[in-house]
Amino acid sequence: MSEHSAQMVHGHSPALVHQFETEDQQREAGSLGMWLFLATEVMFFGGVFMAYIVYRALHLPDFIQGSHMLDVKFGAANTAVLICSSLTMALAIHAAQTGKSKSTIITYLILTMILGAAFLGIKFTFEWTSDWREGLVPGFHFTYGGPYASGVQLFFCFYFFMTGLHALHMITGLGLLTTLTVMASRGRFRAEYFAPLENSGLYWHFVDIVWIFLFPLLYLIGGRFGGGH
Amino acid sequence: MSTAVADIHEVPAESRVNYLNASYGIKSWLFTTDHKRIALLYLASITFMFFIGGAAAVLMRIHLIEPQGALVQPETYNKLFSMHGVVMVFFFLVPSIPATLGNFLVPMMIGARDLAFPKLNLISWYIYITGAIFTLYAMISGGVDTGWTFYTPFSSLYSQTHVIATALGVFITGFSSILTGLNFIVTIHKMRAPGMTWFRLPLFIWAMYATSVIFILGTPVVAIAIFLVGLERIFHVGIFDPAVGGDPLLFQHLFWFYSHPAVYIMILPAMGVISELVTCFSKKRIFGYSIVAFSSMAIAIISFLVWGHHMFVTGQSVYAGLIFSALSFLVAIPSAIKVFNWTSTLYRGSISYEAPMLYALGFIGLFTMGGLTGLFLASLATDVHLNGTYFIVAHFHYIMVGGAVMGYLGGIHFWWPKITGRLYPDAWARFAALVVFVGFNLTFFPQFMLGYLGMPRRYAVYPDEFQVLNVMSSAGASILGVGYLIPLIYLVWSMRYGPAAGPNPWGARGLEWETPSPPPTENFEEIPVVTEEAYNYTGARQTAG
Repeated sequence: MSEHSAQMVHGHSPALVHQFETEDQQREAGSLGMWLFLATEVMFFGGVFMAYIVYRALHLPDFIQGSHMLDVKFGAANTAVLICSSLTMALAIHAAQTGKSKSTIITYLILTMILGAAFLGIKFTFEWTSDWREGLVPGFHFTYGGPYASGVQLFFCFYFFMTGLHALHMITGLGLLTTLTVMASRGRFRAEYFAPLENSGLYWHFVDIVWIFLFPLLYLIGGRFGGGH
Repeated sequence: MSTAVADIHEVPAESRVNYLNASYGIKSWLFTTDHKRIALLYLASITFMFFIGGAAAVLMRIHLIEPQGALVQPETYNKLFSMHGVVMVFFFLVPSIPATLGNFLVPMMIGARDLAFPKLNLISWYIYITGAIFTLYAMISGGVDTGWTFYTPFSSLYSQTHVIATALGVFITGFSSILTGLNFIVTIHKMRAPGMTWFRLPLFIWAMYATSVIFILGTPVVAIAIFLVGLERIFHVGIFDPAVGGDPLLFQHLFWFYSHPAVYIMILPAMGVISELVTCFSKKRIFGYSIVAFSSMAIAIISFLVWGHHMFVTGQSVYAGLIFSALSFLVAIPSAIKVFNWTSTLYRGSISYEAPMLYALGFIGLFTMGGLTGLFLASLATDVHLNGTYFIVAHFHYIMVGGAVMGYLGGIHFWWPKITGRLYPDAWARFAALVVFVGFNLTFFPQFMLGYLGMPRRYAVYPDEFQVLNVMSSAGASILGVGYLIPLIYLVWSMRYGPAAGPNPWGARGLEWETPSPPPTENFEEIPVVTEEAYNYTGARQTAG
């Protein structure tokens, strides 16, 4: 049976793929798939977080020392940037859901990408380069010799590994957003079909939430403004 | 033979369109999204890796004929057992049943046309191949000597072998498992045919579901553990180096957090196969369907709580050891429940002894032995004596080979007619099953005794008094090897010369048996509506006096 006459008989949209019987089934399967994938990501980051927790418990003064050598204002700015990017992502999905024009969807997607790029820009050009200049990059250029030197090196291992892994996921997210922008510009999304936006939005929010955990765990150990202990 | 073809099912396979002949050419296979073809792609790759891992084992057993070693240098022996473990665990056992039988059968058993994400399924195979290439490259360049367990600080700091390439191969292949598990869970949740309620599902599906839960939750953690070892090797940063505040034991916790559930990844699918075989060849409903289904889930969940039993002698807290020991006893219970249920299914069944049933019966006995010996290892005091000895080696080979591999072979033989549309010669198959059984026991039972007597594992040399048992073990290994080669020959032979199988040569129950053999690409002309319970066998001798 040709695809055209099959559509006429079954009345389904061209977005329905052959293994599903209905669009609802397809949408639910896609959503469940993305939630499961995020569960694997939780376990993936969870492994590193576990290692971090163990070493922080074993070497707390070292971690406090290392944390105080990070620049809180950049970390805080990045947190704000990412939260805003989650907002613009949600707005993009909402625009599709409420049948707004494709240029509205594209605008919000591009805003999200700009904010994501800003996050990476702040991290790479401000934070990481100054860490390099100060000799705080284990394995490459680590010259810190002050108190708790070996523990501080361990701290910075975790800092670069965790934020690096997070950045990799952000870059992947930017790739996803690019694909979505191209799809939107071709008019693929409408009120009845925006599942790729929704599922990518889940991914983007997840990457945001990982940062929400990373920021206090890395930047705010031992209190900052006279607080903590 | 009648010339009139009364039943479409008697039309020879070649003249009907099915998934094997629907399209031709290498591209139609390498770019397929049909779950059945992808299952065959996996079958070929996994069989190849099995014989690579087996070759390493053969070399090891030849070497161990003499107390001072008969074949290789100790450094090479270390590489042999490491590659045997890495290849057999990550590239054979973990994917074996899920990626071949699971991929083929999950959609068919639930009445779907394909998995939820067919392209992801194909990608998972390419990821598997990529990981395998890295690991084979590492092997050819000289291998690793860390054991498949990659313990730090040896793997992170001191080993001079190809740790990173091997670890990278394992890391990459892990994503193949994750995608397969994700695909199965979504498919089973969302694509069951009308009337296929959860408690009408074949128990093989419950087993695949439980296995997929472990894939999803466990594999990412070993990925991170391996990643950290790689980072340490490349950047010398001290994550596992005590000199700079690192803890080598952290690696073991992260590694075993996956690798213990991983052993359940390796056995749960085989248990699912056994449920299918035992019911078909007793022509009887499974005894205690929901208990068997729940036990699969219980095994999956509890398996995440017992990893410390691999670390009793590492100096970890005795109280932690106590808890892990108690939980390890607990996890044995659902497995034992399955054995009781299978046995009760056999009772008063109409039993026949075709090859798949021989593998199933072998499984029940050998898995029970392997499982019971695990209790000695789960007890703190006896583990102190047995840890690091051949007792452990025998224990896990009884489960992995006597259990999982026999379950795999039983499943391959059972569904072979469905997959290929051909019958293999059952006399040869039964003979091979017996050769495997005899060879297996001769290989591994002496290893229990060796371990009890104190022979350490992973040693290239041993004291003279252990030679007799080692020679017995090596003799058994040669028989076992023959037992594995025989099916390779007749199964390949059957693909061309075997008689047509028809849709249901075994008289089995299940949606997959209600399609032609081999099935059409879309599995079902119309999605079936399910009205019966699973294993609705009648005619067994339940009421006979």
